Amino acid sequence: MKKRFKLTDLDCANCAAKMEEAIKKIDGVHDATVSFMAQKMTVDADDARFDDIMKEIVAVCKKVESDCIINL
Amino acid sequence: MNNLTRKQRKMLYRILLAAALLIAVKLLPHLFPVPVWMAVPLYLAPYLIIGWDVLWKAVRNILNGQVFDENFLMALATVGAFATGEYAEAVFVMLFYQTGELFQDYAVGKSRQSIAALMDIRPDTANLELEDGSLEEVDPEDVEVGAVVVVRPGERVPLDGEVLEGASALDTAALTGESVPRDVGVGDAVISGCVNQSGLLRVKVTKPCEESTVSKILDLVENAGEKKAASENFITRFARYYTPCVVIAATALFLLPTIALALLPASAQPAFLAGTDWTGWLHRALIFLVISCPCALVISVPLSFFGGIGGASKCGILVKGSNYLETLARTETVVFDKTGTLTQGSFTVTALHPAKGVTEDALLEAAALAESWSSHPISVSLRKAWGKDLDPSRVTDVEEIAGHGVAAKVDGKAVSAGNSRLMEKEGVQWESCDLPGTIVHVTVEGRYAGHILISDLPKPEAKTLVEGLKAAGVKKTVMLTGDTEAAAKAVAQELGIDEVHSQLLPADKVERVEGLLARKSSPSASLAFVGDGINDAPVLTRADVGIAMGALGSDAAIEAADVVLMDDNPAKIATAMRISRKTLRIVKQNIWFALGVKGAVLLLGAFGVATMWEAVFADVGVAFIAILNAMRCLHVEEFKK
Repeated sequence: MKKRFKLTDLDCANCAAKMEEAIKKIDGVHDATVSFMAQKMTVDADDARFDDIMKEIVAVCKKVESDCIINL
Repeated sequence: MNNLTRKQRKMLYRILLAAALLIAVKLLPHLFPVPVWMAVPLYLAPYLIIGWDVLWKAVRNILNGQVFDENFLMALATVGAFATGEYAEAVFVMLFYQTGELFQDYAVGKSRQSIAALMDIRPDTANLELEDGSLEEVDPEDVEVGAVVVVRPGERVPLDGEVLEGASALDTAALTGESVPRDVGVGDAVISGCVNQSGLLRVKVTKPCEESTVSKILDLVENAGEKKAASENFITRFARYYTPCVVIAATALFLLPTIALALLPASAQPAFLAGTDWTGWLHRALIFLVISCPCALVISVPLSFFGGIGGASKCGILVKGSNYLETLARTETVVFDKTGTLTQGSFTVTALHPAKGVTEDALLEAAALAESWSSHPISVSLRKAWGKDLDPSRVTDVEEIAGHGVAAKVDGKAVSAGNSRLMEKEGVQWESCDLPGTIVHVTVEGRYAGHILISDLPKPEAKTLVEGLKAAGVKKTVMLTGDTEAAAKAVAQELGIDEVHSQLLPADKVERVEGLLARKSSPSASLAFVGDGINDAPVLTRADVGIAMGALGSDAAIEAADVVLMDDNPAKIATAMRISRKTLRIVKQNIWFALGVKGAVLLLGAFGVATMWEAVFADVGVAFIAILNAMRCLHVEEFKK
């Protein structure tokens, strides 16, 4: 399943790249992109565990850039 | 200053306050003596005003395991500067860093806004006609298929639909970049996002809001960032190694000489250590830390692509991702489909060759009448060329002979119109024609009356296309068509196309494109295919970059292609190439400029020539310039004409 999320206060381009890389490493995530310019995140992950995976993604992003909020 | 966000304005005040304080503290000793111990608290005030959040984020991110975070690097560099007694420098570096961040934030927000404004073509309301005939203003999302909406002059068409009543001219500029309005009347399809210029229209909605043209276009542009270009990935990957490397180099730059100074006796020390002490080396290492921030590098590349995509959509060219912009810029070969792409896709009578004793008018009238019952494109073009009203009652006994033509009685006389096979069947001596195109021979009462040449004319804009493409750096142009060789060659010659493959079936086209792909001069050179998107989907996907034209209103084309031209003007292909090349040029400039300056300052810093001021320039100043350069991608006025 592929879903898009809007991001708020994603302030640095390098953080976006780091977030993207961290999300891709999460188990069950097939693909992910974080677009700094569009302030958007696209996640393609397993259907069954999508909600759990999203929780992990939120935690990972918090670590990289605490100010950035994922609008679920 | 009014367009700053609250966060940005707060930062601006902090910068101004800290700058004022820094100047005041700097001037203080000139006015009256300040005890030495006072210097630290005096400089600490502006430092904390400008840098408290950086320090806080550095601590927080370290706790989160983010070691090479730029906040941490800046904090370390400035705290280090304080430790070595360079108070003013520490405050200044932080000040400049924050100014750079503010500017970056502002510039990115600005370019995002200008693209959002560009895409502000979705109307917020629709005038829904209720059963009693009154109008209600509703959200377009709440309008159902089959409902009737009214579009007043000056309003945007809210949803895709069909005109029930009224006639008007529609301004499609927001969608196609084309300024010539499109006339619509009863029965015509109208597309959401166009502006109604003159008359009141009653429109029956044919598609729900989320499937309307304007929603699809917005969706496409907004999500273009998902497909990242190779140079974008390069720079993020580069940054991943760059920062740790520079930080390690900084550590080595500090530790090695310091250890050498401490352990070796003065006589055994190498020459470059002479006269230096550990604070000097620490200072050089701190310069490295300032330069190691990767953000300037990382931001300018996606910003350029974003601008390029935005600029292209201003011209009615939708690019589905940064990667396609990159491929487009490397295009070496452009392959065209003929019909509908380079030619008008409709048949026009281009020559009348009557036999002796027959007038041109008589020839055309006979043919038009005989074919008046048929809806075949050729018949339509004959009627169009005749132009006057035809009385169908003059035509009787119509017989369509498949693959041959038509036989009928016109005013009681036997008239046949068709190809050479029909003539042979009737046993009539016919004349051949050298001109390319489809030939309709006509006989009246069994006697040859002459022939009519019908051809598919090239679009007027196509004539300068090849020239434009060559100027944009394309090496070879190829045309593929299912048409006859003569017709194909004639069009190719007129337009200056290098290579022609005719009489192809759709499957053959894929094969030809594969052949051309295999013959590319280098793996990085790319091949673009341009088609109308309706029956070209396999070829569009097979090419490195598939360009669909005349896509306005055709969902299939928008789906299948990588680059979508909203109108059917082939000159836009050259425009797309030029925009992509300009964007890539800017991306390259930014990468080399940023790397060059950073490299140079690193080198100078290592030899102790560069100061921290230059280091901040290498970080923030470079970002400044790169962002300004990237913003140029948005400006496409030169391409619009």
